[in-house]
Amino acid sequence: MNSRILHIASNTFREAVRDRVLYNLIAFAVLISGAAILVGEISIEIERLVVVNLGLTAVSLFGVVIAIFIGIGLVSKEIEKRTLYTVLSRPVRRWEFIVGKFLGLAGTLVVNTLFMAIGVFAALFYVAHKLSAPDALIVVALYFIILEFLIICSLSLLFSSFSTPLLSAVFAFSLFVIGSFADDLRGFARVTHGITKWFATGAAYLLPNFSALNVISAVAHQKHIGVQLILQNTLYALVYAAMALSGAVLIFERRNLK
Amino acid sequence: MPAIEILGLEKTYMVGFWRKRPKRALKPLHLTVETGEIFGFLGPNGAGKTTTLKMLMGLVFPTSGTARILGQEWTEPSVKAQIGFLPEQPYFYDYLTAHELLNYYGQLSGVPAIDRKHRIEEVLQQVGLTDVKGVQLRKFSKGMLQRAGIAQAILHDPRLVFFDEPMSGLDPLGRREVRDLMEQLKQRGKTVFFSTHILSDAEALCDRVAIIHKGELRGVGTIEELTSTVQGKVEIIWQGTVVPASMKALGVECHVSGETVRGVLSERQQDAAIDALRRERMRLVSITPLRTSLESYFVEKLQHSETTAGTLV
Repeated sequence: MNSRILHIASNTFREAVRDRVLYNLIAFAVLISGAAILVGEISIEIERLVVVNLGLTAVSLFGVVIAIFIGIGLVSKEIEKRTLYTVLSRPVRRWEFIVGKFLGLAGTLVVNTLFMAIGVFAALFYVAHKLSAPDALIVVALYFIILEFLIICSLSLLFSSFSTPLLSAVFAFSLFVIGSFADDLRGFARVTHGITKWFATGAAYLLPNFSALNVISAVAHQKHIGVQLILQNTLYALVYAAMALSGAVLIFERRNLK
Repeated sequence: MPAIEILGLEKTYMVGFWRKRPKRALKPLHLTVETGEIFGFLGPNGAGKTTTLKMLMGLVFPTSGTARILGQEWTEPSVKAQIGFLPEQPYFYDYLTAHELLNYYGQLSGVPAIDRKHRIEEVLQQVGLTDVKGVQLRKFSKGMLQRAGIAQAILHDPRLVFFDEPMSGLDPLGRREVRDLMEQLKQRGKTVFFSTHILSDAEALCDRVAIIHKGELRGVGTIEELTSTVQGKVEIIWQGTVVPASMKALGVECHVSGETVRGVLSERQQDAAIDALRRERMRLVSITPLRTSLESYFVEKLQHSETTAGTLV
């Protein structure tokens, strides 16, 4: 890969770490430990179900918050603080900057998720006193959560390339909420008629489908996750993120840095 | 080959809520900067200096016009590897130390790892930041940030350096050091293009200057060219304590100061004044063309542009 992209990605990762983003891990550790101890006390027979549900949901929410709040500032903050001037006056193309920033944030989220995953497994071990084969499905759910982060990162970056941080946060968070109910939107599109059907179908395909990436409940109930779904979701997330990133590049390539 | 050829670069922003109202930041600018010179780009705040620099750096897109830098189209990435840029009031990644910042910029500029360490130490020494190279930039003063900015601009040994208000935030000693640095760059064959509104810096450093005001070029040339033609007067100094009647008859404005007399007269009267002093057997000390200061020239151009609409170049 282009070395300039890697340097930009590595600097973005370093920024996130030094700006104490990973402090959320401490909050996560406190939350998950407290929950595990509490669940151990009050739940009978369903400790595993509760810990997996709670743990993975927390991993997802913590990551989404980080993806949005770092992602929306990736470009706008650099323009506002003018740190971008000394980068783009070097032999760095604008698309390289965008891709580098995306990879840096994605890397931050992957590392963050890995640490949180250790917390989830530790809590699970605490309440169940063992790890069994079905617990491997948790890894699949974590992988889907990372795919979800990739889409949110790319959308945050897209909004950041033309909008203010506040509006970008509103747009990105709204898309996350709407995308989490994408299955309902598709269901509505199937039962409705006329122009509403067209509109609902179009919106269902355009908006990110986070429902398909959410297998937390299935994993908590130890349901099987097919290879086909893994491949489909991987392809979907990569294509969606690539399209959002392309949009960010197209806008940023034409933007005057006043 | 000129280091910079600006061929009609122009910038108009669309302003207002619907972006329908045009606002011209820079009228078509034609300017050539020769290789190896220190070129001053002068103008008051809001004159169009930073807009010009940003267009040359590819940060702002021109409405029309083009430019060539080091003989190539200015948008070529390979050109950017050969230029350095210090923005006005630079701000850097404050979570990095000075050393890390320079290492990052060195990586982006394509400085090989084997040379980078040595080069970073060298420029840190040049700008006087060696002792604080491990300190995060968030703890730097404004002057130290300016020094870090200068360091990053020259790190990759560029052939052409653009400085936007390089003396900003520096104390007198720091300003002296930056002047020396620019002169060193010139001695090493580099071209320096710097914008400033501090005229004494331009007067002390520049081979040539351009004056820009309200987005329009108002004058370009050497300091001597710009300041010598203003009054067509000469200053004559002779030894003595009195003003001879023959000098008074020429209408010379005289001022006695200790053992010398200083007179100002038009160039046409120069020979007659010398003859008068000879006749009076007074010792001539010096006779020099009276130059206006760059500041006077600058103010005159700015005032002139307020009252005329024509091009003054």
